[in-house]
Amino acid sequence: MSDSIEELAGEIDKRFDHLKRQDSISGELTYEIQPGDIVGTCTALRDETSFQFEQLIDLCGVDYLTYGQSEWITEAATSRGFSRGVKRVSPSRDPGASRRFAVVYHLLSVHYNRRLRLKTWCADEDYPVLPSVTGIWPSANWFEREAFDLFGMLFTGHPDLRRILTDYGFVGHPFRKDFPLSGEVEMRYDPEQKRVIYEPANIEPRTLVPRVIRHDNRYNEVLSRRRAGDE
Amino acid sequence: MSEFQTFTMNFGPQHPAAHGVLRLVLEMEGEVIYKTDPHIGLLHRGTEKLAESKTFNQSIGYMDRLDYVSMMCNEHAYVLAIEKLLGVTPPLRAKYIRVMFDEITRILNHLLWLGAHALDVGAMTVFLYCFREREDLMDCYEAVSGARMHATYYRPGGVYRDLPDSMPKYKPSKWHNERETRKRNEWREGSLLDFIEHFSESFPDRVDEYETLLTENRIWKQRTVGIGTVSPERALALGFTGPMLRGSGIEWDLRRKQPYEVYDDLNFEIPIGGNGDCYDRYLVRIEELRQSTKIIRQCVDWLRSNPGPVMLEDGKVDPPRREIMKRDMESLIHHFKLFSEGYCVPEGEVYAAVEAPKGEFGAYIVSDGANKPYRLKLRAPGFVHISALDEMVRGHMVADLVAIIGNQDIVFGEVDR
Repeated sequence: MSDSIEELAGEIDKRFDHLKRQDSISGELTYEIQPGDIVGTCTALRDETSFQFEQLIDLCGVDYLTYGQSEWITEAATSRGFSRGVKRVSPSRDPGASRRFAVVYHLLSVHYNRRLRLKTWCADEDYPVLPSVTGIWPSANWFEREAFDLFGMLFTGHPDLRRILTDYGFVGHPFRKDFPLSGEVEMRYDPEQKRVIYEPANIEPRTLVPRVIRHDNRYNEVLSRRRAGDE
Repeated sequence: MSEFQTFTMNFGPQHPAAHGVLRLVLEMEGEVIYKTDPHIGLLHRGTEKLAESKTFNQSIGYMDRLDYVSMMCNEHAYVLAIEKLLGVTPPLRAKYIRVMFDEITRILNHLLWLGAHALDVGAMTVFLYCFREREDLMDCYEAVSGARMHATYYRPGGVYRDLPDSMPKYKPSKWHNERETRKRNEWREGSLLDFIEHFSESFPDRVDEYETLLTENRIWKQRTVGIGTVSPERALALGFTGPMLRGSGIEWDLRRKQPYEVYDDLNFEIPIGGNGDCYDRYLVRIEELRQSTKIIRQCVDWLRSNPGPVMLEDGKVDPPRREIMKRDMESLIHHFKLFSEGYCVPEGEVYAAVEAPKGEFGAYIVSDGANKPYRLKLRAPGFVHISALDEMVRGHMVADLVAIIGNQDIVFGEVDR
């Protein structure tokens, strides 16, 4: 398996000089691609005989707003008990980080039995917009609708970019990290007005198990072995 | 010249042939469908978002509730992805148990599909037959995990516990006297493996029974042959996987092409269709029932002669055995940390996929090194298949639409997530 991955990586490096290979911990091949190159590169990846990625297996959005933020102050023990150790992560913008929204494409070549992952970043986080790949793989149609619905990314050239999973009349993009898990509104039947009404949610957000990032020395070995390409 | 007129019809979301909560807006001319607009999301629970706020192991139970007729296969993809992140491999016995239960799950899924599909098309009897066998397999789930549906049985590093030595038995009641009960318990006197072996011996005959009801049945053929035909090129472009792709004649099965667990040591064949219509996809799934039985049989033989651990003995990932925990301080700490905080995985991203009964079920995890996934994306085969519904039904009649929905094997738990 790893031979064929290196073989594919060699071919991609030779053919496309604008793709940047990403570090992988799992023996999978990931390339970073600029939004402007998506349509041309994907068409080539589908049609050229040395690639033949006939299938778009998956397309999904990722919001990197709170990436790497921990909720648990583990450096020093707290004298005030467990719950005081939990620090709620307010989804605020870290000024150092420049990129927020990414879209990830998983391609599969049935002919060569190979997989490839492409990752692209939206340039503007207030107005994330990318070219659509529905013209290349029809299966992208609903995946892009889903990414639009859940993350608010816009895909230019998509024939029918509507919401797909959320309710009719839903406001907001629920998978963004600054959208609360319990939602913004709740609905109930109001017997006086004799209809279903929406009200602001009154659920207090809670942290059951805090989010912890621990550096584990055992992984150094695993990671360095994988990076060296043993696995 | 007659006047050309289309009208719009609403189908569902509460409709027995919609297989859950599917709403279709159909553009029709008379009985003929011109355009279908599926409205999905009525069962959207935000599983992926919920998983972001839970430790890795706490989300295994959610996986059962995605495609709720192939529970363990969903767990399998998720657990494989975590194992890939952690860089651990479960013991060999656990791998065989997983493969055996994956195939039991495949039979469970195909039986429900067959019964429900035949019922949609108008054959009542098949449904009753299929549920008879499903009952036995549900009992296997129950024996091994305690739950008949939502098992939460697979864990990163193995499976939760070893196969039991006894099967739950029926008790005599008002409706079944001693003699009848003895007969019903005939298979259940031995261990779970004995029971599964009995099942795998008798099941091929049961498949023959289903086939006598359907395969050469004139009405069944009229309703399925030439309906919803998809060419191989189109099936690839539309992202089809599993029986939907194989029905169009492409030999693609992750169990063979990208083998996980022990599939490359097992002997089985991959059926493919020729015409890509509903009838071919039916034949493919029927043959898969037989092939799965063959795989189960091989797993039973191996598991009988190879006892051993079913979970890694690595306290950082899997809980220590209870008797050790009572004596050993470090094990107690491991137990406490695992069940309160969980484990942290290395930073990175992985995609792991299994050949679920419906197609490729994948889990894509982005981790920033925390004890919870940063982002979990589940690639559900049904989502892709139903997105091609519009193309498949165009030009067919409403009754064929029902046959195609049934044939696609749609379950809304995984479509809506």
